[in-house]
Formats: sequence, C-alpha cells, structure tokens
Amino acid sequence: MFKKRLFSGLGAITASSTALAEDAQRWGVNMTEGVTDVSREIYGLHMDIFWWCVGIGVVVFGVMFYSMFKHRRSVRKESATFHENTLLEIIWTVIPVIILVIMAIPATTTLERIYDTADADIDIQVTGYQWKWRYEYMGEDLSFFSNLRTSQDEITGRSQKGEHYLLEVDEPLVVPTGQKIRFIINAADVIHAWWVPALAVKKDAIPGYNNEAWTTINEPGIYRGQCAELCGRDHGFMPIVVHAMEPADYERWLADKREEAAVLRELMAQTFTFEELMTRGEGVYQRMCVACHGANGEGGVGKAIAGSPVATGDINAHLDLLVNGVNGTAMQAFGEQLNDLDMAAVLTYTRTAFGNNMGDSLQAVDVYQFKAAQ
Amino acid sequence: MGEHHGPAKGLTRWLYTTNHKDIGSMYLWFSFAMFLLGGVFALVIRAELFEPGLQLVDPGFFNQMTTMHGLVMVFGAVMPAFVGLANWLIPMMIGAPDMALPRMNNWSFWILPFAFALMVSTLFMDGGGPNFGWTFYAPLSTEYAPPSVTFFIFAVHIMGASSIMGAINVIATILNMRAPGMTLMKMPLFVWTWLITAYLLIAVMPVLAGVVTMMLFDIHFGTSFFDAAGGGDPVLFQHVFWFFGHPEVYIMILPAFGIASAIIPTFARKPLFGYASMVYATASIAILSFIVWAHHMFTVGIPLAGELFFMYATMLIAVPTGVKVFNWVTTMFRGSITFETPMLFSIAFVILFTIGGLSGLMLAIAPADFQYHDTYFVVAHFHYVLVPGAIFSIFAAVYYWLPKWSGHYVNETLGKTHFWLSFVGLNITFFPMHFVGLAGMPRRIPDYALQFADFNMISTVGAFIFGFSQVFFLFVVVKTIRDGKKADAQVWEGAEGLEWTVESPAPYHTFSTPPKV
Ligand code: HEC
Ligand SMILES: [Cu+2]
Repeated sequence: MFKKRLFSGLGAITASSTALAEDAQRWGVNMTEGVTDVSREIYGLHMDIFWWCVGIGVVVFGVMFYSMFKHRRSVRKESATFHENTLLEIIWTVIPVIILVIMAIPATTTLERIYDTADADIDIQVTGYQWKWRYEYMGEDLSFFSNLRTSQDEITGRSQKGEHYLLEVDEPLVVPTGQKIRFIINAADVIHAWWVPALAVKKDAIPGYNNEAWTTINEPGIYRGQCAELCGRDHGFMPIVVHAMEPADYERWLADKREEAAVLRELMAQTFTFEELMTRGEGVYQRMCVACHGANGEGGVGKAIAGSPVATGDINAHLDLLVNGVNGTAMQAFGEQLNDLDMAAVLTYTRTAFGNNMGDSLQAVDVYQFKAAQ
Repeated sequence: MGEHHGPAKGLTRWLYTTNHKDIGSMYLWFSFAMFLLGGVFALVIRAELFEPGLQLVDPGFFNQMTTMHGLVMVFGAVMPAFVGLANWLIPMMIGAPDMALPRMNNWSFWILPFAFALMVSTLFMDGGGPNFGWTFYAPLSTEYAPPSVTFFIFAVHIMGASSIMGAINVIATILNMRAPGMTLMKMPLFVWTWLITAYLLIAVMPVLAGVVTMMLFDIHFGTSFFDAAGGGDPVLFQHVFWFFGHPEVYIMILPAFGIASAIIPTFARKPLFGYASMVYATASIAILSFIVWAHHMFTVGIPLAGELFFMYATMLIAVPTGVKVFNWVTTMFRGSITFETPMLFSIAFVILFTIGGLSGLMLAIAPADFQYHDTYFVVAHFHYVLVPGAIFSIFAAVYYWLPKWSGHYVNETLGKTHFWLSFVGLNITFFPMHFVGLAGMPRRIPDYALQFADFNMISTVGAFIFGFSQVFFLFVVVKTIRDGKKADAQVWEGAEGLEWTVESPAPYHTFSTPPKV
C-alpha cells in the first residue's frame, strides 16, 4: 500500500518535472550552455559579466532608492549643498576600470581560442543563398542544399505547427563528434550569418569572403539554429540543423552518401520515359519551386509558370533560364543546385503541367551537354 | 530696448519664420508626428509577432516595416525632437536673442517634411519601400534592393543636410552668442551636451552621405564599391556605415544626458554633483565613440587584433558613462526630493538607461557577442537606451519646459498617468526581449519557433499599451496648451537658469539685450 503510494507519488513528481523541463524550454530566459568547450566558456563569460552587472545595478539602484525614500521632501526639508568631490570621482573611475580588466582577461583568452582555426580534421564549406544553405564536404565530393522543411500550411496556420516549427530542414548538416570541424563560410548573393547557438558559432556569410569558424562537438545530438543576418524576404525561413553523430555512425552516413551518389550517376546515364520524368519533376517542383511559383504554377514571388511564355516557348531558352537564372531577381541559377536529372525532370514537368501541355521533354544528358557547352 | 513686433499671422508665420521658438515648436510637432508614425510601424511588427505563423503581413512587407520603423524613429522622431529642444532652449539658456543663423534654421526645418514625405512615399511604389533594415547593408540595399532605394538615398541626403545645418547653427550660436559672463564652464549641461553633439553631427553626417552616394553609384553608374563580383567589398559598407552609426547613437543620447542633468538637480533641490566631470565625461564619450564602430561587426570576421582593439575600446566607454550615472545618483543623495512628472521621467531615465548600459557592457564582450549578436537581446539593449533613454528624456523635457513655452502648468495627475502607462508598457514590451534573445531568437524575422511564443505575446501586449499611452500624451499636451493653469516665470521652485528669468509663456523675443550672468 505504502509502496504503491510512493510509486505513484514518484510518478507524479517525474511527470511534473518533465512538464517543468518543457516549460523551461518554452519560458527559456537564458543563453544555452551549449555542447562544446568554447560554448561553455562563452556561457561562463556571459554569466560572469551578468553577475557583475547585477552587482553594479544593486549598488547604484540601492543608493538611488535609498535617496528616494530617505531624502524625499516630506522626510528632509533641507537639502545638502555639496556638489563636488574629486576623490569620489577618481574612485568611481578606477573601480570600473578594474572590473573591466578582470573581465577583459578571460574574454581575450576565449577570443584567441575561437580564432584558432588551425589543424582541423574536417573542412566544410558553408554557403548562404537566398534562402537556404549549401554544405560542401571538402575532399569528399559531397555537397547538398539544406532547405526549410516546414510546410506553407503550417506557416499560414492551415495546419498544426510541428514541434520543430521553422527549425527543421530537408537535409541536415551531418558531422562527427569529437573532431575539429572547420567551417569555411561564404555567400552567393547577399550577406547571411550562420549561427548555431549550441555550438556558439556565429559567423557572417559574405559574398567574396571566406570566413572561418570551427567547432568540436562533445555530445551527439541534433542542434538547431537560424540565419542571423537580414538577407531579404525569407530571412526568417532559412534554418540550420546540425546532426552530430559518433564517428562510426558518421562514417556509415558518409558511405551511404557515396552509394547514393553512385546510384545517381548511374541513373543519369539512363533514359527516362516521359511519365517517369513527370513524376520526378513534380517532386522537384514541390521541393524547389513551389515557394515562389505556387502549387498550381500561378506565381507569387516568381512569375506564373502556368501559361508562361518561357515554359511554353523554345525548350533551350527555357533550359537556359533554369540553369542560369534571371540576373537581379529572386530566380536563381539552378544549374548548380539541381543535378542534371532533376533539372531535366522539372523542366519537362513545368512544360506540361499547369495546362501548359507542351508534351516535350529533355533527358539528363541533354542538360549535361548544355552545361558543358556554356 | 524698444518694442518688437510679434509673430506674423496665418500660415506664412510658420513658413517664413526665423524665430527660434517657432522653429523649435515646429521641430517638436514634426517629431511627434513621426513618433506616432514610427509607432504605427512598430505596432504592425508587434501585431505580426503576437503569435507564431504568418498572420497579417507578407514577410517582404514586414521587412519594410522594420526598416521604416528604425529610420523614422531615428531620423524623424529622436533627432528632430532634440533639435527642437535645442532651438527653444539654447538661446534662452545662454541669454541670446535667437539662433545665430535664423534663415538657415528655417531652411533646415522645412526640408525635413519633404525628406520624410519622399521616404514614406516609397512604401507605395512598385516593389515596395526600403526593406533592408535601417542599417541597409549592401549588397541587400544595392544589387538586391527594390527600385525605390534611389528615393531612400535622396531622402537620407536631405535629412543629412538638415542635420548638418542644424548642427552648424547650434555651434555658431553657442560659441558666439553667449551673454557676457556666461563662460563655457558656466553653461548649463544641456548646452554643453548639445555643443558636443553638434560636433559629432558635423563629423559623421557627411560620412552617411558618402556611404549612400557610393550606393547610388553602385546602383546606377556601374561602380562596384560594395559588389564583391566587381572587386568591391561588402564589409567596407559596414565599416563606413558604422563609422557614422556609432557616433549617431551618442548623438541620440548626449542631449538626453543634458536634460537629466537639468531636471534632477531641480527636484532634488541640490546642485548637480560633479559639473566639470560631467563635461569631461561627455567629451570622452564623444571621442571614444569614433573608435568603437566595429563592435557592431564582431561576427564579420575582422582579424583577432582588430577584434580585441574594438572590444577594449568599447568596454572603456562604460567608464565615462558610469561617471555620469554616479553623478546623477549622488545629486539625488541627501537632497530634498519631490516627484513631479519631469522628475519621474528623469529617474526612470537613469534607471532604465543604466540597464541598457549594462546590457551594452555585456555586448562589448566579443566572445559573448557571438551569441548575442543579431538577436532580440540586442533589440532589447538598444530599445532600453533609446526609449527610456532618448524618448523619456524628451518627455521629461516637455513636461519640464512646457509651462515656460505655453504659459500653462501641466496637470500633474495627467502627466503622472502618462508616465506610469509608458513606464509599465515599455518594460512589458522590452524586458522579455532579453529572454527570447538569449534563448536564441534572431532579430528581423516575421515568424519564429514555438519556444519564443509566450514572451513575444507579452511583448506585443506591452507595445500596444505603450503605443496608446502616447496618444494620451498628445491629449495631455493639447489640454495643457489650451486650458492649463496659468504658469509663473519660476515654474519650478528649485530650477535655476536664465530661461526661468523670463515670464511664462516666454515672449516671442527674449534677451534682445543680454542679461547679466
Ligand atoms: C526564390 C524564388 C524563386 C524560386 C525558388 C524559383 N523561382 Fe522561378 N522565378 C522567380 C522569379 C522572381 C521569376 C521572374 C524573373 C523575372 O523577373 O524575369 C522567375 C521566373 C521563372 C520562369 C520564367 C517565367 C516567365 O514567364 O518569364 C521560369 C520558367 C521559372 N522561374 C521556373 C522556376 C523553376 C522550375 C523553379 C524551381 C526549380 C523556380 N523557378 C524556382 C522566382 C523563383
Ligand atoms: Cu540569410
């Protein structure tokens, strides 16, 4: 009997403490400690300076409120007349300087550590695009784009928002734990900033610059972040997800990726039927184009695809537009973002879907030849 | 001396006036109108952020709102309000008959409405208005900007010209027109802080003009100052912008220091503590403000040595700023304090500005700034220094000097109601932003992850309270001007300074013969 009550009591406590943990996440008020040595150091600096500030605040506001209570008119008819004291001025100049020096020393060491990008085990090139990230594993022949996965319906409130609303991507960056990873960060269009709070890495992605940052992740897990520099319309919709795995798992993941690439290479050499291209193209369209051109090709940020003179015109001019984009508009050069097969598929799909009814198609090899001839 | 003519009649009084009081009033009314407009933009932002998801506006329009809110508040509300106060007060405080360059004074005001009409009209243009943030980083503001950016550039040029003319006028007035015996070290601190501010303006407004002109050339004349593909440098933009932008934030706070230094001694009935150290602290802050600009750019990848230099220099600014706060507190200490509306706003100014200053100190720690930068923590920080800093000091000034301007006392109950509504609204709005910022919410986003939902909802509620309290402020001011109780010359018993020696309302022309100091 007693035992039973004890257990149900314990159950209630654990239940309420998980609820509390969730609440803490919802009502989060402080910086994350993160999962790297650097992020913990930064957290430590943050807490130190915070407590210094609290201390200063207590003293300053303490004297102020004391004066407001004890030295108000109704209590003190006559005010004092002193209005100068050089010693006091010197004291309250020197004490802050000392506090600042005390803070500056550890801040300097941490900064030096953050800037030490030498001797990395893995190099990853991170490129910011309007509005997605591209990761390239240097020396691995592996690269991919990472897009927001949250659906438009969730954003506009037509369906329930998921747990990781706006912080989920179609393909996360995968890295091993315990190894020093160097990020080489730049941008293809405007300035972005790559930020993952748990790693305490935030670095601007700037066209024409190769900025460096590094991290060594201690614990496996999934860490989420966002673009931190205003980069245009969908700045709020280009999240970052880092999946840190044990090195062995990471190796397995790499092997899978290599295999995928091999399969894709084989696929590229094949010839596809019109129906196969249509199905594949629809998928690509939903993934890459729907945000700007609409589910029915009706347009939005981008022009309408339905009835578009380009999509119903010369097929090579159409391909040229997709590969090279339209300069100075949101229509990017998809030549480097889509593989040749997906390019052929989405082209085929958009020429026939949405009532365009062109019925013609291209194969991956056509795209390959077009690009090679450029 | 003999009789002077009074103001002209009708609209031409305002169009042609060269009278510092008329021009001061126009600046103040204009700035209030801009304050409400910028507030409406802010409420659009807060309404969209009330809960997660996109409810009210398109993300592109949201970006136009954040941009316009910032530009209108900085260039339309805060700066003209201080120029208005300078116009009204500096001649009266130093015993001068008017500003030194009255016709330029008229011109520097009257180009402002055109600048803002132009800028706000971009919202209705094809492609929308500026959508790249008030910091307008290239290439988002050049290659990727909407076509209306050209009008934005033109508007910024006009605003800059207006500010430079205003600053020249302030300097010329203060250096040449002080009454006999009004030595520099006898000047009220408001005059001192404005003198220093005016030098800052003259130093940095041309830099702003330069950076927007470079943008103009990149956009229209094929240059590549900021275009990496053409051999230019997007980071150069940020260096030039913040070389203007950092002194700019002191331009928005130094006159506020002067106001608090006038009001606190009055209601503590005790002379300002450490007058000379206040002057030196203001000057040091102004000088330091030129060598800290890159603390806005800790994450752009400047070299370690640069990062360290800007971190140390920024931390150093805390010292003179601390001196000012300590001086105000010591002024209150062992005084005989009463809490009229101007004093309430000034005390809130000291407390909340200090909070903003302390979060600024946190932001100065470069490694920690990697986590704070471009989050709501920064938004909280600069709103704490600008709203209870600049804006509250302007409110304090209006409540303090309005009896002198209008000849009518403000009803204290109404004034205090406005104070408490603003105070509560402000803290509900901006305090939670510290939390969401630390928890990882980036700034300038129209939609956010679910864990930020609760605090954002609270912020929005606070913003509406704060916003509507300002409509109440309008009511208080209009009511005072219309039918407040008749004011004496010495409006506040503890107040000192030449402006209190003239009757209330201050006559159209004051100090035609210089007073004796
Ligand atoms: C970021 C938004 C965006 C995305 C994503 C996007 N487009 Fe576009 N697209 C545009 C814009 C904007 C234009 C209009 C460019 C112009 O002004 O000529 C455009 C134009 C086009 C046109 C020419 C339409 C015409 O009639 O001139 C085609 C075809 C097209 N896009 C296809 C695609 C395809 C296929 C995809 C997916 C692989 C895609 N777009 C993804 C924004 C986008
Ligand atoms: Cu971005």
